[in-house]
Amino acid sequence: MNGDSKFKLGGREFASRLIVGTGKFSSVEVMIEAIRASGAELVTVALRRFNRERPSDDLLAPLARLGVTLVPNTSGARNAEEAVRAAMLGRELSGSPFVKVEIHPNPHHLMPDPIETYEASRVLAKEGFIVLPYMPADPVLAKRLEDAGCAAVMPLGSAIGTGHGLSTAEMVKLIIADSGIPVIVDAGIRSPSEAAAAMEMGCSAVLVNSAIAAAGNPAAMASAFSAAVKAGYSARQAGLMSRCDHAVATSPLTDFLS
Amino acid sequence: MNLTVNGENQELREPGTLGQLLDALGIVPDRVAVMVNGRVIPKADRNDVSLREGDRLEILTFMGGG
Repeated sequence: MNGDSKFKLGGREFASRLIVGTGKFSSVEVMIEAIRASGAELVTVALRRFNRERPSDDLLAPLARLGVTLVPNTSGARNAEEAVRAAMLGRELSGSPFVKVEIHPNPHHLMPDPIETYEASRVLAKEGFIVLPYMPADPVLAKRLEDAGCAAVMPLGSAIGTGHGLSTAEMVKLIIADSGIPVIVDAGIRSPSEAAAAMEMGCSAVLVNSAIAAAGNPAAMASAFSAAVKAGYSARQAGLMSRCDHAVATSPLTDFLS
Repeated sequence: MNLTVNGENQELREPGTLGQLLDALGIVPDRVAVMVNGRVIPKADRNDVSLREGDRLEILTFMGGG
């Protein structure tokens, strides 16, 4: 059995398979505490216009102190051209080669645009980015994105912020079966057990934001997610027992009691 | 001269570079990324970019996001 449990992504190695988003936290302090508790080494951030009038909480300095690797996303982009521009800005600001391509033009369902996502990913991979595309859980698209040079694929579990879990489980399994690159479930995970399930399925990592940020106690929830991702990964490596359609006794069927 | 900064009109009393504008606005250089007319300007080049009448600037920073 391979004893190397490091998460390999874009030519780099990480100890943690839990990636955390920074949105929706009640404060920077709560966010930092949660990220620390999660053990995450990869953290997503979004771009917005700088506003002098509204004193903003600087994220760069506190995140730098944590020593995490930033993954700027392209949220807000409605098409590939805007996403590429956002990625360039994100790289310029963070110095990180990672980018999460996130293009969801419809605010009601926030479903990723497969065509714009493919196009942006293709361009950004050529530009030397480590591309992590947020995508519908489509096995054909996943293979296209892999061929286009993405470092991983990130199929959604369910719509962002809904906490509807792994509603795309069967599709994610198909993606995992054919994928030559890491598969990272992103969006819709609500509970640590769902994160564990994703890892048991064969995901290389999971991305969680709302489930931690909107939890009653974000740091405690982050800690729970960390444990769950480790448990799910270990279970997968340990070889889950096969399902059986009929009962198989674990104790001997002794007859001396009759 | 007049510029557009983040969608709003910004008046400059005298011509200058991008670096000078950021300074005048009290912006910490490492906290923002800047586009001029749709082009990302690397931090190292900010003092080489002269601003012109009608230039459209976008000054961006990071916020929390998933």
